[in-house]
Amino acid sequence: MKDIKNQVRTYLLENFLLGGTADDIKDETSFMGNHILDSTGFIELISHLEEQFGIRIEDDEMVPENLDSLANIERFVSGKRAAPNQGAV
Amino acid sequence: MNASSAAQLTPDVLQLDAAAEVERICLGLRQIVGQTLHRRGVVVALSGGVDSSVCGALAARALGSSKVFGLMLPEKDSSPTSLMRGKLVAEQFRIPYLVEDIQPALAAVGCYRWRDDAMRAVLPGYGEGWKSKIAISGGAQGRINHFKLVAQSPEGEIVEARLPLREYLQIVAATNYKQRIRKTIEYFHADRLHFAVIGTPNRLEYDQGFFVKNGDGSADLKPIAHLYKTQVYALARYLGLPQEICSAPPTTDTYSMHQGQDEFYFVLPYDKMDLALWAHNHAVPAPELAVRLGIDESHAKFIYTDIEAKRRTTRYQHAKPVLVSPVSEIAT
Repeated sequence: MKDIKNQVRTYLLENFLLGGTADDIKDETSFMGNHILDSTGFIELISHLEEQFGIRIEDDEMVPENLDSLANIERFVSGKRAAPNQGAV
Repeated sequence: MNASSAAQLTPDVLQLDAAAEVERICLGLRQIVGQTLHRRGVVVALSGGVDSSVCGALAARALGSSKVFGLMLPEKDSSPTSLMRGKLVAEQFRIPYLVEDIQPALAAVGCYRWRDDAMRAVLPGYGEGWKSKIAISGGAQGRINHFKLVAQSPEGEIVEARLPLREYLQIVAATNYKQRIRKTIEYFHADRLHFAVIGTPNRLEYDQGFFVKNGDGSADLKPIAHLYKTQVYALARYLGLPQEICSAPPTTDTYSMHQGQDEFYFVLPYDKMDLALWAHNHAVPAPELAVRLGIDESHAKFIYTDIEAKRRTTRYQHAKPVLVSPVSEIAT
């Protein structure tokens, strides 16, 4: 599997920026601050992460610290996948 | 006062001189309808809520009752009190009006079918006799906003589930038919009478994008869009609107379960949301807002963040069609 950051970057470029380059979404780029995702976009991103990485994201995990940049997503998703029986579906 | 200098968040920041404000709006209404829009009067849909009631009363005062045409447009999920209150206002201000049941039109375009199909995808038992609503969750706790479907079975059991994107969008799209069908009817009567259509958002709704594009967001003029909800209630009292309208909490009147606007969209009850928006607009630091609202500082910061997030998210709602290349002969 491609690494998490690159997979999500490609997904965002193809589905939200409809083009653009990897430079448009750097590892630390805030999706909110740079108007890449609105709340509907985050709901879509969450569904994608759940499906792509086989995890279940709980309501209290839907925070910017987990989801508002590629680096945050990588940290969060890696942690979810590493934790046995915690959120995997 | 501008947003660059912090203002004092005192209890009276939303007080206004109701008499002067009413006269100012009435003057504006006469000028806009006659000289800007060149129409003979206005159509206003009277939902029974305080915003449309105030708009109807202002229009009657500004233009004369005969130049106002009221519409009541109920459907099967509307509260029965909405129609009753709409009629009360029309009759009090002698506004000619018509009641049109929009349920057959909504059924014909599939509003209820599309909505219920999406609800069943999330709650398979959902069906005849159930009531439902959508609730917002997350923003006030510093989380990312998402939506939940809340439903009540015929036996009274309440169940809720997080809405996946596709079902959420389908439910919202289907229910948006209600506002769009209503607006179509408003414009039919406006065309028939050569009137303009009044939009009735208050400042909270206008600023935070709480309206349906080409639905209730569509209008020729919006006379109270600059007023905080608290101020709209003050005008309602000044104009002598019925007590039940002056004291009614805002609802969406769109879903079959009772749904306050603060459940569906805003993260606080309207009076607190008004203060938060005023404070944000006047650069009041979050700790001061926290003290005023009796909440902790992080909650106040989340509310400011949520205000900005909603402004960003709903920019599309306000946007006119975008041209790839300008047509300079047509002024925007």
